[in-house]
Amino acid sequence: MLPSAVRRLVPALMTIGILVACGTPSSPTGAAGTTSTTPATASASSSAGGSITVYSGRNEELVGQLIEQFQTSTGITVNVKYADTAELAATIMEEGANSPADVFFAQDAGALGALAAEDRLAKLPDTILQSVEQRFRSPEGEWAGVSGRARAVVYNTKNVTEADLPQSIFGFTDPKWKGRLGWAPTNGSFQAFVTALRVLEGDAKAREWLEGIKANEPKVYENNTAVVKAAAAGEIDAGFVNHYYLVRQLQEQGESFGARNYYFTKGDPGALINVAGVGVLNSSKNQEAAQQFVQFLLSAEAQRYFADKTYEYPLAAGVQPNSALPPLSEIQSPELDLSKLEDLKGTLQLLQDLGIL
Amino acid sequence: MSVGPSTTARSKNQGVREQPLHSLRAPLPLIMLALLVVGAMLLPIAYLVVRAITADANIVQQLFHPRTITVFGSTVLLATSVTATCILVGVPLAWLTVASDMPGRRWFAVLTALPLVIPTYIGGYAIVSALGPRGALQVLLGRLFGVERLPELYGFWGAWLALALFSYPYVLLSVQSGLRGLDPALEEASRSLGFGPWRTFWRVTLPQLRPSIAAGALLVALYTLSDFGAVSLLQFNSFSRAIYVQYRGAFDRDYAAALALVLVLLTAVVLGAEMWTRGRARYHRSTVGVVKPRPRAKLGPWRWPAIIFCSVVVLIALVMPVGVVSFWLVRGLQEGEPLRLVWSAAWNSVYTAAAAAVFAVFAALPIAILAVRFRSRWTTVFEGIAYGGYALPGIVIALALVRFASQYTPLLYQTLALMIFAYVLRFLPQALGTIRSTLLSVSPSLEEAARSLGYSPLRVTLRVTLPLIRPGILSGAALVFLTAMKELPTTLLLGPIGFKTLATATWTATAEGFFARAAAPALLIIVVSAFSMLFVLRDTWSDQH
Repeated sequence: MLPSAVRRLVPALMTIGILVACGTPSSPTGAAGTTSTTPATASASSSAGGSITVYSGRNEELVGQLIEQFQTSTGITVNVKYADTAELAATIMEEGANSPADVFFAQDAGALGALAAEDRLAKLPDTILQSVEQRFRSPEGEWAGVSGRARAVVYNTKNVTEADLPQSIFGFTDPKWKGRLGWAPTNGSFQAFVTALRVLEGDAKAREWLEGIKANEPKVYENNTAVVKAAAAGEIDAGFVNHYYLVRQLQEQGESFGARNYYFTKGDPGALINVAGVGVLNSSKNQEAAQQFVQFLLSAEAQRYFADKTYEYPLAAGVQPNSALPPLSEIQSPELDLSKLEDLKGTLQLLQDLGIL
Repeated sequence: MSVGPSTTARSKNQGVREQPLHSLRAPLPLIMLALLVVGAMLLPIAYLVVRAITADANIVQQLFHPRTITVFGSTVLLATSVTATCILVGVPLAWLTVASDMPGRRWFAVLTALPLVIPTYIGGYAIVSALGPRGALQVLLGRLFGVERLPELYGFWGAWLALALFSYPYVLLSVQSGLRGLDPALEEASRSLGFGPWRTFWRVTLPQLRPSIAAGALLVALYTLSDFGAVSLLQFNSFSRAIYVQYRGAFDRDYAAALALVLVLLTAVVLGAEMWTRGRARYHRSTVGVVKPRPRAKLGPWRWPAIIFCSVVVLIALVMPVGVVSFWLVRGLQEGEPLRLVWSAAWNSVYTAAAAAVFAVFAALPIAILAVRFRSRWTTVFEGIAYGGYALPGIVIALALVRFASQYTPLLYQTLALMIFAYVLRFLPQALGTIRSTLLSVSPSLEEAARSLGYSPLRVTLRVTLPLIRPGILSGAALVFLTAMKELPTTLLLGPIGFKTLATATWTATAEGFFARAAAPALLIIVVSAFSMLFVLRDTWSDQH
């Protein structure tokens, strides 16, 4: 009889439940189980501030604290859905006008571009836009960059010195790098770099670079962290990554960590600076509060947070980057309209044609 | 054991067909329930069809591009070899732990089943850090023997290893319960007629296990098609990875949908193969009486290789991944990382997974009963549709439900109800498989007797059928519980805003490479799931006292 089956199932589940429940008091704050951690101070004034929903492709480990600061200072309750940037973009597209999201906080400009192309983002007020340098925001004013991420080459300090590294990213197609390189071709930031290469140098040149690197049999990794770790372990001598993964490892593992970053100069495509950015959905019924959130992300407080906690480049409010990083002006990134990085389809096609993806 | 679920035997006498009860029409409420479930299962497929139809004509060209065909071929190769490996590992393990006198078999019965609780997105990392280039094994071998390089892990072999290691328990569990239900009388008859032990195993035991092996293998094959964790971490370009790449890189939902439809077709082929192996054979005992307890096969000197085999499997599939995650935890604690025991997330995981398990069983029952007891073209189609979504990567199901719920049932959107509904959609086949194979081993004559004594069909189901198939219901529920505990994409996209489970807590940390922080929730998933596994296995335990 089913009830007897259930009767056997329920006690077991309850046992687990009790075990879990017994543990709960040890962390009373965690019991609520939500991210919309409405601090006592904020909930008192939340009726005044209202609430917004943010879809964040940026990880909670990185921005959770910052969002809490916003709640505390404005009294606006922020409900955050954390997931992968592209999956959230796809979700917003499927939701259509019914989307519960007010704000989309994305890991890269491409996802924001895709939403803008589907006409899902509202134009931001000029006051907000103007606080960000023109090259780090949408020309149509639909999104603004929040923090900058430089492309870099991470290298093993035992096997390579900076002098061994080429002046241009094209130098890595030299056969002497055979078997010594690493990359993460499924990674969004790598694909954005390839798109930039296509925009800057043309498809033929981009193909030539990819073929050249591929001929050097690079090791393939799942993400930037894996590339950085592989470089430190000597599994590879050099790898193509975003700048901050190394800084994070240095903070975690100390100066003895076996890898360092190398930055290209002179407008080399290898010195691309991409952004994590934010946009307000045009279906949002809380435009004002949503804009307030965007404004907060560009405030000195938030920009300092990115400089100190995520080791990214602050893009607004005159905040200086982490002292371990070369200043933005020194990197001499190429002249490029980031909104042109939306043609990921062409990039994927290219990567697939060459058998890289 | 008295009469009941384990009174099984197989008689493949052609011409002997189940007739009496089958001539009755299936009860209407059962059909209605089954239709409801089938309708729900069709949602994601309908979404894919609509997406693919509205896409531009270019899609067809893309689908038949040589590149797509290569990926398709390698996916089929991966699914086939993983399934074959799981059978080769799972069947001997099941026999050793259930039917032999191997020392420590009870412990091994529990330990060899546990790898099922390790999510591939954790197990994959563990394999890379243990067996990858410059991983723990290479460092060890390097120190001892100066080994510079291990065979390349990334690509086919890595994906094969990860998937086989963490999914062979599907075959193991299914075959164990099959073996436990076998009537040893047939084997004894075979021995008395002069067949040796090997021949008896091949000619008598193994054919009787065919439905259990097929049921386990089906779950493995479809799981392999849908998995993203292992193939992305070990860098094997499978179909599900190709689908993710379309979503993640190109924002091309139409092409992703077309690719996903190919997976649905592939599922149909795999299902067809499995149904073909079933044939029309009967697997229940045809006579009444008590099954005598199975005498344990004496292994003699073979017990040593047997123990070594079991130990090696446990070592690679369980000790290694758990060891790696524990190492992350210890290293993190040493470096001053706070121990984050996320109890609220653990509780969230447990109760949503338990709810999914209960609902999945309720949804699977009408389909299984119709398919076994009222077998017809239609009930077979129902069963097939119920499996339809199982090979689809989670992101596809999640986005399909995002679409439906946000458009048509906005009140339900991003509620726990919808998330649990998605779990049921994804994992129902696991409950269906176990319930179905237990039902097959129960003779309909008991139900017929109850009918003839004046019970209504509904009462027969409740008072006779369900108690008899309880073992299948429980293990089905446990399988759904385990997989729901690990589920990531549907939890992230469909769960209420801010809803955290152990799986999302693990993802949050690993996505940014904070392995020390991922360790505590990852270990909690394993520990909590292991408890529920012990619950499934308690029959194994008591059986062997």
